[in-house]
Amino acid sequence: MKRFILLLLALSLLTAGVLSWFASSHPDGLERVAEDKGFIEKVKNPSYEILPDYTVPGVFNKFQSNGLAGIIGTVTTFFIVNILGKFLARRKKHRGSDVPLSY
Amino acid sequence: MHIPSGFLEPQVWGSMTVISMAGTGLALKKSGELIEENKAPVMGVMAAFIFAAQMVNFPVLGGTSGHLLGSALAVAVLGMWPAMVVMTSVVIIQSLLFQDGGIEALGANIFNMSIISCLISGLIIDNCRKYNEKIFYFSVAFAAWLSVVVASILCALELSLSGTSPLKIVLPAMIVIHTVIGAFEGFITISALRFIAVAAVDKRYFFQMYNGGRS
Repeated sequence: MKRFILLLLALSLLTAGVLSWFASSHPDGLERVAEDKGFIEKVKNPSYEILPDYTVPGVFNKFQSNGLAGIIGTVTTFFIVNILGKFLARRKKHRGSDVPLSY
Repeated sequence: MHIPSGFLEPQVWGSMTVISMAGTGLALKKSGELIEENKAPVMGVMAAFIFAAQMVNFPVLGGTSGHLLGSALAVAVLGMWPAMVVMTSVVIIQSLLFQDGGIEALGANIFNMSIISCLISGLIIDNCRKYNEKIFYFSVAFAAWLSVVVASILCALELSLSGTSPLKIVLPAMIVIHTVIGAFEGFITISALRFIAVAAVDKRYFFQMYNGGRS
């Protein structure tokens, strides 16, 4: 199980850190429709920016900036959801209920 | 398909926020009843993978790109409720940290890309686990495609309700492009699922995918 998690985490880091360099910079489906149908100008700039558009401010090399933002995001996402999952599972254990696993 | 700031009117994003908060609350409650502690890292790593995969835009028809949504993949591995928690977390992180999707549009984005897409994927995939491997994979591919198309329909509805673009213009345009992006979604989802099946050294874990977490 541990190996499975590490392998998938490594694949995620590789995807966000390296494969993202090759991402198409064309507009996505919604942006494309917004451009074609003339409502793209309604976009408002966000009120604050942390890692805007998957870049790290101050890192000027596009690939490094993109890859670094991707790695930060992947690690952050892993830890947040992992902790959230542990919290949710602990609540169940705490109640001591024996709910059968079914969806 | 992340709706940016400025596309939605307050009545629309307000109602979407209320609905999404209720949906997320239910997903958290149900997941708490379902998952065991050892599933937490699997949820974490699926969220990380979906976040990473969403960064890789692939080119589709004439100057447009698409990227993985991942809700069907999450449902296939985790089941519907934990998948909803994972997808909602990813959409929130993308909005708050990366300014991908407007803050006020967060409720609408969670509704389209997590709650409804996981619900659709769950209804399809979780009902096909009791059959064989082939049917399971087919249901995943179909759910992947459908979840993207339905999310794009919801997005178009929200835009037209906000008066951003008339329904008869925005709806067909969104459906056409996302029908194609959905086909990529199916392909990437199946490829990733095959990789996960091979990577799951503990085969018992992978078997659980077929029966929705029951070991």
